[in-house]
Amino acid sequence: MLQGWVIVLASFGYLGILFAIAWYADRRADAGRSLISNPMVYALSLGVYCTTWTFYGSVGRAVASGIGYLPIYLGPTLLFALAGFVLVKMIRVAKANRITSIADFVASRYGKSQFLGGLVTVIAVVGVVPYIALQLKAVSNSFAILSSYPEIIMPTMSGAVPLLQDSALYVALILAAFTILFGTRHLDATERHEGMVAAIAVESIVKLVAFLAVGVFVVWGVHEGVGDIFTRAYAVPEISSRLATADSPAAYGTWGTLIFLSLFAALLLPRQFQIAVVENVDVSHLSRAVWMFPLYLFLINLFVLPVALAGLLHFQGGGVDADTFVLTLPMAHQQEALALFVYIGGLSAATGMVIVETIALSTMVCNDLVMPLLLRVPQLGLAERTDFTGLLLGIRRGAIAIILGLGYLYFRVAGEAYALVSIGLISFAAVAQFAPVVIGGLFWKGGTRDGALAGLAAGFVLWTYTLLLPSFAKSGWLPDGFIAHGLFGIELLRPQHLLGLTGLDEITHSLVWSLLVNLGFYIGVSLQRAPNMREARQATLFVGGTEAADIPRWRSSAGVADLLPLAARFIGLEKAQVAFASHARERGLKGFEELPADARLVNFAESLLAGAIGSASSRAMVASVVTEEPLGIAEVMNILDEASQVRSYAREVEEKSLELTRATAELREANAQLRQLDRMKDDFISTVSHELRTPLTSIRAFSEMLQEDPKIDLTQRSRFLGIIVNETVRLSRLISQILDLAKLESGRAEWTVEAVDVGEMLSDAVDSLAVLFEEKHVKLEIEPCESGLIVLADCDRLIQVMVNLLSNALKFAPADTGYVKVGAGGTASEVRVYVSDNGPGIPIEDQKLIFDKFQQGAGTSELLTEKPQGTGLGLPISRQIIEYFHGRLWVESAPGSVTRFVFTLPRQARDNDANSK
Amino acid sequence: MSRRILIVDDEPNIVLSLEYLMKKEGFETAVAVDGDDALSQAAEFTPDLILLDVMMPKKSGFEVCQALRANPAMAATKIIMLTAKGREAEVAKGLALGADAYVTKPFSTKDLVLLIKSHLA
Repeated sequence: MLQGWVIVLASFGYLGILFAIAWYADRRADAGRSLISNPMVYALSLGVYCTTWTFYGSVGRAVASGIGYLPIYLGPTLLFALAGFVLVKMIRVAKANRITSIADFVASRYGKSQFLGGLVTVIAVVGVVPYIALQLKAVSNSFAILSSYPEIIMPTMSGAVPLLQDSALYVALILAAFTILFGTRHLDATERHEGMVAAIAVESIVKLVAFLAVGVFVVWGVHEGVGDIFTRAYAVPEISSRLATADSPAAYGTWGTLIFLSLFAALLLPRQFQIAVVENVDVSHLSRAVWMFPLYLFLINLFVLPVALAGLLHFQGGGVDADTFVLTLPMAHQQEALALFVYIGGLSAATGMVIVETIALSTMVCNDLVMPLLLRVPQLGLAERTDFTGLLLGIRRGAIAIILGLGYLYFRVAGEAYALVSIGLISFAAVAQFAPVVIGGLFWKGGTRDGALAGLAAGFVLWTYTLLLPSFAKSGWLPDGFIAHGLFGIELLRPQHLLGLTGLDEITHSLVWSLLVNLGFYIGVSLQRAPNMREARQATLFVGGTEAADIPRWRSSAGVADLLPLAARFIGLEKAQVAFASHARERGLKGFEELPADARLVNFAESLLAGAIGSASSRAMVASVVTEEPLGIAEVMNILDEASQVRSYAREVEEKSLELTRATAELREANAQLRQLDRMKDDFISTVSHELRTPLTSIRAFSEMLQEDPKIDLTQRSRFLGIIVNETVRLSRLISQILDLAKLESGRAEWTVEAVDVGEMLSDAVDSLAVLFEEKHVKLEIEPCESGLIVLADCDRLIQVMVNLLSNALKFAPADTGYVKVGAGGTASEVRVYVSDNGPGIPIEDQKLIFDKFQQGAGTSELLTEKPQGTGLGLPISRQIIEYFHGRLWVESAPGSVTRFVFTLPRQARDNDANSK
Repeated sequence: MSRRILIVDDEPNIVLSLEYLMKKEGFETAVAVDGDDALSQAAEFTPDLILLDVMMPKKSGFEVCQALRANPAMAATKIIMLTAKGREAEVAKGLALGADAYVTKPFSTKDLVLLIKSHLA
């Protein structure tokens, strides 16, 4: 007989056993022999992920969508199996920084921002309270169903019952009392709850065994194995259709979304963070959990489909909610004890979730919402208060009561409404908003408080608009016009088709938008400025891992006299003294009285307090007694980047020295060039002076001889005078040629550029020298050339070149037998002029040399009987002139053969010629 | 017996004036117009004194001076270098190579004759 009192008694009995376990575990923990320091317990306690939503709801989901219930468990499986390193990092960071909750984690990461912690808390409370309501509903429903045994009657609409007869109210009250007893028995410096964890682990076993018992009973007690159930189910068309898997792209998209969502939920739901991170005793326990927790999820899902199908087969024609199959199937087969056990299993699923979730939320509300607010109101005089322990416990207990009250209220209001039924995934989507700031905060140093605030706020707003408000509207609490037509009738603002995005289910749609905007704002706003000193330090602590451990956080002189009372105000004098004493022992001192007033002590006090009131509040409190300036960003960076700075400094030095080397090399080269120029100038002057002194020597010698010896005979005298005159002429020519060359080389020469008929120019030049040729009896002829060879040049300069070439030819041509030929020819583009003679020829090695200044062909003299007359400047000058008009001048010769000097000039077109004439 | 002087210069007019000058003073002269010629004339003519131009084709006066000084048979032969290049470095170079005196062109005929006489005294 399952009368109401039996069920109530069983419930209290079960809760009593749980409490005893918790109490015992706490005792053991106080004695230093932890019961939960065991990877098995850790893995089991993670089973808090499976709530009544799993225990009862999986079968319901399976009935509605076949194996659509699976992704909710594939996500966590993937997380633990593949992303264990994220968890390991999170646990390490949380331990090192005495993180007490997910809100504390985010706040601490972004510079211990109280505001950020508050925002995370608000999101978590808004997102999770309806989820708590769901648990209350499940417990009260299962109670109602079970108490009507042996009949199977679906409970009346919740909210229809008067308040005082509503079993859910009592469930909420009992759970609140139980949670307060569990979670706030004392204020733990580390904010860990060993008793609670032990109880949760036991609850995980209870709900798993209960579910497996139902499964075994249904499969082998009622039917003849799994095959039997499936065979029968296939026979019924409306049942077999449920066995199909996702059959549309959107449905596959939904699978992906659910896996993604549940993956983050298993990490970021406040209760998951509490169990997986805060309550973790030893990070090595994770290595067992990475396979045990997925195994747990596998087992608890093993019989979902058989139970669902068996339920459908048994309760054909409806009337029984699929969510209750787990309970109603044993009842329908008159299995009282099993039904009661299932009820207890459901109760354990609900209590586990509610206790951990509420404790986690109350810690967040207390540390990140209420305390910061209270400490900011000076009228309360809290800053002067000497003992906060009572106040803190009071706030937490109040928060627990209020959160459960809110859960109950939501349950009363929402009832059977859509908003409650679908709340599981909506909650998941809410906590998924933490993913960017948490994951980003662990792996990216660039995130800032502003970025985190902007991302979270934007994501939360979009989540509210695209998911929460529509769920309210579907429950009839809001006019639903905005769903169909968009806010203010703007189609683009339709919450479930934002900006026209269609083809996705509502969860996926909301998740895509909210996370996209969340992530965009987080990164975008973070990049607006470099992290400040506090953010950079926390970023290093969170992202950087172990090397950050040595970063000094404070430069202070606060001593035990200030810090001990401060800690005592929050965790109690006795505990504070114990903690300080143990810190003193760690440092090799006898007692806390000996602790020096140094930065290490302040760090210790800050993290001690952080365990009780959260890192943001702790920092604020410690700062109130410590009169110091926090480390400047430059100093922190100095410490962090010392190595890299040394490297970059070395690189700079290296670069500078390379630059210097380069500059030195350039200077050396420039200097060498200058020296070379200087030497060339010296050589030139020396050569010029030599060339000038040579004729002068003759002139002086002969003049002196004539002067000293008036009796020189007339022939001698006139010969000497002739020499003197010739040398004087030579001297003048030399001087004018030197000046001419200097003008040409410096570009100061004056040019008259005109169209010159080369044929005419040649005959002019030849005419001017005809007499000299006749004197030496050297034949001079102009070979006939085509007319109209026109060049643009200075006619006088060209004649100068021709005269020079002709004089040279005459100089070297043998008297009497010598002949010189002049000619010109042209191609389409150039005019070519040559002067050839039958002189001795020029050796190849001298052919370049003769165009240098003052060179008259040293090697040539072998072929000469006398030193050649001339200045040695004619050819250099001629070449300058020809090159000025873009032509070339060269010699073709060999000893003993005809010597030919040739120059070319660019040819001008005939019509140009016609025009210019 | 008259003293013998070898005149080495590639400038015909200078050779002409020096020849005239030396003969007038009663010296026996020979002429060479380049470095190689100078060496062979020195061996053949065995002059007491050589008037040696520096800037010459084939071998410079410095080279000739060095070659002469390397020959013990020529040790007593006086060498007076004549050059249009009057830089101190060149004067020093000539003296270092064993020249007895260094005269810069254009020179005073009177001074040159005195210099030659003093070296032959």
